[in-house]
Amino acid sequence: MRKVSIVGIGHTVFGNLSDFDLVDVMAFASGNALDDAGIRDDRKIIEQVFVANMGGGIINHQTGIASSLVSRMDMEPAMAELVENGPASGASAVKLGYMAIASGLVDVVMVTGGELMRSVTGWEGTDFVASLLHPEAEYNYGLTLPAYGGMFTRMYMERYGLTERDLGLIAVKDHQNGEKNPFAHVRVPCTIEAIHDSENAHVINNYVAEPLRMYGMCPVSDGAASLILCAEDSPKMKYFTKQTPIRITGVGSATDTHCVHNRKDPLVLDAVRLAAERAYAMAGLKAEDISFAELHDAFVILELAISEEIGFFERGKSAEALRKGVTAIDGAKPINTSGGLKSKGHPVGATGVSQVFELVKQLRGQAEKEGRQVKNAKHGMAVNFGGFGNNVVAVICSRRDA
Amino acid sequence: MAIDKMEQSLRPPQLELKPFPPKMITLANGEEMIVREVKREEVGVLLGTIQPLMGVQKDFYDIVASRMYAEVLGWFEYRVANEFVLVGAINGEIAGIVNSRLIDGKEGMSFHTMTIKRGLRIGAQLFAAKMEHHIDILGNDEVHIVAESPIGFKRWMIEYALEDRSSRYPALRHELGGVPTFTLTKELWDRVKADKCTGSRPVPPEKLATADKLRMPSEYPQIPGFKRG
Repeated sequence: MRKVSIVGIGHTVFGNLSDFDLVDVMAFASGNALDDAGIRDDRKIIEQVFVANMGGGIINHQTGIASSLVSRMDMEPAMAELVENGPASGASAVKLGYMAIASGLVDVVMVTGGELMRSVTGWEGTDFVASLLHPEAEYNYGLTLPAYGGMFTRMYMERYGLTERDLGLIAVKDHQNGEKNPFAHVRVPCTIEAIHDSENAHVINNYVAEPLRMYGMCPVSDGAASLILCAEDSPKMKYFTKQTPIRITGVGSATDTHCVHNRKDPLVLDAVRLAAERAYAMAGLKAEDISFAELHDAFVILELAISEEIGFFERGKSAEALRKGVTAIDGAKPINTSGGLKSKGHPVGATGVSQVFELVKQLRGQAEKEGRQVKNAKHGMAVNFGGFGNNVVAVICSRRDA
Repeated sequence: MAIDKMEQSLRPPQLELKPFPPKMITLANGEEMIVREVKREEVGVLLGTIQPLMGVQKDFYDIVASRMYAEVLGWFEYRVANEFVLVGAINGEIAGIVNSRLIDGKEGMSFHTMTIKRGLRIGAQLFAAKMEHHIDILGNDEVHIVAESPIGFKRWMIEYALEDRSSRYPALRHELGGVPTFTLTKELWDRVKADKCTGSRPVPPEKLATADKLRMPSEYPQIPGFKRG
């Protein structure tokens, strides 16, 4: 297969962007990616656009988003498709972009993910995301993703001795990183004393889905991120001299049962493990080779559970690593250097693209000026978690000299 | 100061309001916010805090700031009946302001909640303190509330599940534009306050002293590059 590199990246601030329409927000990120790649005036070289979005048709009353973005960006006659894979839509779009180039169909692809979720109430936003659950066996009983997060957390705590204080430590770490990320939704640090130990903690960090508290949940965000991909053997690589290309070395994805109750053990996330194994195999790498990772912590428990499934830590041991600072930005295995979904935010369609954006930024060494650079980063991994683990996509990016 | 007859006739009758006992809240970032009642002589620092936000269109800060400015000035000039103003201060710097008034001994009329420092749920805490003052301290049975921004609607109407009293219009009309009125009853407050309202009392004297002299914010996240002239 052809080698594929990421040659341009773009990002909007995550937060409340409800003054803009969905395609505007995607266009901002796409424009940034074109600028970063140095091809704003040559954007017609992009042959294919993949747009990741989950809720445009439901909450923004907007469909045909991919063609709309192409038109807004004056990029006709590029081919364009929408990719909807729940909260894993972003990484799925990256995967399809990779496949389109690796297969020889095209040389240059733009992948843009975006979502506008703040224009509806929190309840409506939660209900929209819950539309990915099984309609009869889950949704009809009032299940939501935060409820699943709460139940998963409780079961994990009972089995492995995790405490609520440990959950708070994840938030503290992620907010420390997010505070330094100019694109993050919540750039306010938090302390474990305030969100857990203080007598005011029950209100300032109230339960949302017990035992998950507010600081155990990602915020509801608007935002977009964008990537430009190019075949390394293409003559069009000559356009991309502005930035250091970062290679996509591994892509893997897997599915699991739609209903969590059909799994033998609800705490075992087979799709995460398989997606990671496939990505490792393709890249010829192992977990210990990965310098840092962006893991889908829509609920903080997922950072721990995913890090175990992808082989960073033994099952039930990730909290110990957290307490020892192993996953801090200066630790041996930094996780969620961007702030993760917890602090950076989670506009669902944008998230997987944003995770890869962070891999590229770190691998280029461009997080240094923000004071959150992983030292000697060679290989980064992103895990984008769809459904409640029923469709997961893992992407590994590497420095080309690694 | 002698009050002449004309001035006397312009002033509304006033109920004597019990004072709000100060409290201290540890925010998520570890900072300690003192919530206390504003003294009349502090009106200048309050107006100076509010004024820059009158030009901020985003999130309806312009409407909220303009109205709050007038309400606080009206309180100072004795043009609003039974008003109280609470402030949240971090190391003396104003982080948020709330104001409200009593219609009578039974009913309250919530005016505004303005957050200057964002991302720490300061507005939520100050709103809860305002409701605490109305119901637990001043003994109101219910407080009428409206929202001018979607943020306010999400925070109060939805999170508190306030009673929708808009069908009682025009018999019940909120003073802020007659828009749909929602109500916090004592029963509802008693049900939610453990999850919504916090703060330690009494505030240690050395902590309370940090809020003795209120300061205007040095920066506003709502106004990038703000410099006080």
